[in-house]
Amino acid sequence: MNVLFYVSSVIAVVSTVLVITQTHAVHALLYLVVSLLALATVFFAFGAPFAAALEVIVYAGAILVLFVFVMMLLNVGVAAIQDRRWLQPRSWIGPAVLVIVLSAELAYALAQHQIPSAAVTTVTPQAVGCALFGPYLLGVELASFLLLAGLVGAYHLGRHDARRRAEKRVES
Amino acid sequence: MNTVPVEHGLLLAATLFGLGVLGVLVRRNVLFQLLSIEIMLNAASLAFIVAGARWRSADGQVMFLFILAMAAAEVSVGLALVLRFYHQRQTVDADAASKMRG
Repeated sequence: MNVLFYVSSVIAVVSTVLVITQTHAVHALLYLVVSLLALATVFFAFGAPFAAALEVIVYAGAILVLFVFVMMLLNVGVAAIQDRRWLQPRSWIGPAVLVIVLSAELAYALAQHQIPSAAVTTVTPQAVGCALFGPYLLGVELASFLLLAGLVGAYHLGRHDARRRAEKRVES
Repeated sequence: MNTVPVEHGLLLAATLFGLGVLGVLVRRNVLFQLLSIEIMLNAASLAFIVAGARWRSADGQVMFLFILAMAAAEVSVGLALVLRFYHQRQTVDADAASKMRG
């Protein structure tokens, strides 16, 4: 588990540095995906497989897809021209190398049969669920309120423009 | 027993958090600032996971779940604001939004 932790933490730090130094937003997103995957491996090494799975599904899956959507909305016209440039190896070779190192590490851990490691006590998803819907039930309700508020807020902010434009059209 | 020391996990969390702070301070692109905020939230949840592993309790992962829900809500509202900002100013430079009324 030591190797798993140290290699993936180095990958996480390197890719995070590359995230904040990139000039192109999509390249930064690619490096952020790598950083999140490395962090999921770190969670795994610390005996939290449920958190690692959620990190991949929610962060690297859902939240980054939101970012990609917004970036595609922001440069609609330029996107078609940039397509050709993105296919050059220079833009994807960095994240690809980091991900290959990460997956090699995962294959090594699988080969060593270290996954249910005896050295690290794993906190199972069952224990997390029991804590979540036991003593933390109020927190779950508050989180649902927060998500609803986020949904309503995002809907309101996104809709404002269209309504105002419609009003203008009616006035004129 | 080859367990990872807690200090190293916390050191990684502190490094990632520092990188996130640096990103917010250095970059003027709003999207990059949002990305840096995500990095900071991730570092905070890493610290919770490490502490939960240290005391062998599920509380760390419960806090991780709450941070995850918070990050999802924050990102949806933040990105909606970025879209509005871009439609008004035709830029994603944070310095362009230096006035309360525009």
